[in-house]
Amino acid sequence: MKKTIRKILGGKAMTYAMVIIVFVIMEALLHGGMISSSLAGQLVPICAYICMAIALNLTVGILGELSLGHAGFMSVGAFTGVVVVIALQGAVPSGIVRFILAIIIGGIMAALTGVLVGIPVLRLQGDYLAIVTLAFGEIIKNILNNIYLGVDGSGLHFSMKDTASLGMQGGTVIINGPMGAVGIPKLSTFVAGFILILIVLTVTLNLIQSRTGRAVMAIRDNRIAAESTGIDITRYKLTAFVISAALAGMAGALYALNYSTIVPKKFDFNTSILILVFVVLGGIGNIRGGIIAAAVLTILPELLRSMNDYRMLIYAIVLILVMLGTNNPQLRRILGSIFGRKHAEPVEGGKSNE
Amino acid sequence: MNLLANLINGLSLGAVYAIIALGYTMVYGIAKMLNFAHGDVIMVGGYVCFCTMSYLHMPAPAGVLFAVIVCTVLGIVIEKLAYKPLRQATSLAVLITAIGVSYFLQNAALLIWKSDPKVFTSVVNIPAIRLFDGQLVISGVTVATIASSVIIMIALTIFTGKTKVGKAMRAVSEDKGAAQLMGINVNSTISVTFAIGSGLAAIAGVLLCSAYPTLMPTTGSMPGIKAFTAAVFGGIGSIPGAMLGGLLLGVIEIFAKAYISTQLSDAIVFAVLIIVLLIKPTGLLGKAIHEKV
Repeated sequence: MKKTIRKILGGKAMTYAMVIIVFVIMEALLHGGMISSSLAGQLVPICAYICMAIALNLTVGILGELSLGHAGFMSVGAFTGVVVVIALQGAVPSGIVRFILAIIIGGIMAALTGVLVGIPVLRLQGDYLAIVTLAFGEIIKNILNNIYLGVDGSGLHFSMKDTASLGMQGGTVIINGPMGAVGIPKLSTFVAGFILILIVLTVTLNLIQSRTGRAVMAIRDNRIAAESTGIDITRYKLTAFVISAALAGMAGALYALNYSTIVPKKFDFNTSILILVFVVLGGIGNIRGGIIAAAVLTILPELLRSMNDYRMLIYAIVLILVMLGTNNPQLRRILGSIFGRKHAEPVEGGKSNE
Repeated sequence: MNLLANLINGLSLGAVYAIIALGYTMVYGIAKMLNFAHGDVIMVGGYVCFCTMSYLHMPAPAGVLFAVIVCTVLGIVIEKLAYKPLRQATSLAVLITAIGVSYFLQNAALLIWKSDPKVFTSVVNIPAIRLFDGQLVISGVTVATIASSVIIMIALTIFTGKTKVGKAMRAVSEDKGAAQLMGINVNSTISVTFAIGSGLAAIAGVLLCSAYPTLMPTTGSMPGIKAFTAAVFGGIGSIPGAMLGGLLLGVIEIFAKAYISTQLSDAIVFAVLIIVLLIKPTGLLGKAIHEKV
C-alpha cells in the first residue's frame, strides 16, 4: 500500500517535472531562435492538444467510458472564448484579463454542455455510449455551423438563419455560421499554454487521488460492486465527465485564440479521434504517456513535411505499427527480448475499456 | 405527391446506408470491433469501379464485379495484417488500429487518385419509372438500390441461418471459445465475415456513387459514420436491425432536409438516434444483454 502511494506520488512529481523541464528547454530554444517557424507555430496547438489528452484521459482512462465526441466540448469552449474576447473588447482593454476570462467562461460553457450531454449519455454502456458521444459531437458541430452571432452598441445579437437576420447597426459579426469566427485577436501564447497545462494537470491528478477519483475508478473497475458499496454511480460518473468537458473547453479556448479564424468543421469527428489516439498511444489512464503522445504525434507530421504527399500515409502506418507493437503478445515478446525486460511489460496503467 | 417522392428518396438513401450497415453489423457481431475503416472500403470500391469503366472502358457489370473482388481481397488482407494480431488485445487498441487503417486507405487513395473529385457515371441502366402521369419519377438507381438492399438482406439472413459457414459465424459471435471446441475454425470464419462485409461495402460504394456521382478520397467517411449509426439504431449485430436502421435513417434524413432544415439535418438524424437509444438502449431490434455479478 505504502509502496503504491509512493509510486503514484513519484509519478506525479515526475509528470510535473517533465512538463516544466520541456517548457524551459523549449522557451530557451525559442529565445535562442533555434526553433523553425513552423514548429514555433505549433507550440500553442500542442499545448491545447496536451490539455485535451489529459481531459479525455479522465473520461476514457479514469472513468473508463469511451468518448468519441470530445472535440465537441473543445469547440464549445473555443467559440465561447472567441465571443468573450471580441465582445469584451471595449469593456476590458487588457488582453490578458480577457484571455483569462475567455478560458474560464469557455470552460464553464463546456461544462454546462457536458451536463446536458452527460445526463443521457452516461445511462448507456460500452459501444452504445461511444456512439452517442459521437452523435453529440456531430450535433454540436452541426449547430455551431448554423449559429450567427454579432455584437454592436446595443449588445449581442443571435440568429440561426443568416447574418442579415441579426439586425445589427454596424458592429462586428463574431460567428458567421459555417465560415466560423473571424478576426480573432491572437491572445494565446506558449507561456499561457504552459500554465493551462499545469492547471489542467493539477486538477486531474488531484481529482484522481481524491475520494471522488477513487469512487470513479471503483465504478470503472466494477460498476456493480461499486454500487453495492453505496457509491452513487450517476453522480460520480457525471462529475468526472463534466470536469473532463470543462477542461476540454478550456483547451478549446486556448486553441481558438491562437488563430485569426476558426471554423466549426475543425472540431469534427476526426479531431475527437486524433485526441483519442493520443490517449490510447500514451497508455489509457496514463496521464504522462498521454502528454508525451500528444506532443510527439502533433510534431510528427511536421517532421515528416519533407516527405510531402507521403507524410499522412507514413503517419497511418506508424500508428498501425505502434498499436500492433504494443498490443500483440508475440511482437511484444520479440521487442522485449531485444530491448530488455521493460518493453515486455504491459503499458503502465493500461486498462481496457471493458 | 411530394411526400411520396421524399419517402422514395429517403428509402433510396436508406438502402445504401442499409447495405453498408449490414457489413458493419456482421463484422461487429463476430469480431466485436467498431471497424472504422469500413467507410473507406466503400470509397475504394467506388474508385475501382470508376477506373474499370473509365480507363479500361469495360462495361458496368465488369466494373461492379471487379470492385467487389478488389474490396473482398482488401478486407481479408486488412483483417489478416492489422486486426488478427490484436485478437487478444483490448477493444480500444483494435479501434485505434481500425482508425489507422482508415487513415491509410484515405491517404493511399489521395496519392493514387489525387484529391480532385471524379465524376462517376452511373452503373445502372434501368429506365426511370413514371407514375401518376409523370408526377412521380423514380430513377433507375433508386429502384436498383432498394432492390439490391432487399436481396442482400434476404441472402444474408438465409446464409447465416441455413449454411454451414453461416451457422459457424453465429456460433463464433455467440462464444468464440466454445465454437473452437466444437471444431469451428474461428480464424477462417472471421476472415469470411470480413470478406462478405467488404464485398457489400463495394456494392454500397458503387450504388452510392451512382446516386451521388462525386468521388473523392473522403467520400466514404460520412456515409460510413451514418451507416454505423444506422447499425446501432437497429441494434448492432442484428441483420434485420441493420436493414431497418438504414432505411429509417435515410428516410429521417431526407424528411429532415425537406421539411425542417437542410443545414440541421445531420443534427436531427443524430438526435433521433440518441432518443431511440435512451428508450431502447440496445437499439430497435437488438437483444438485451443481462449483466451478471
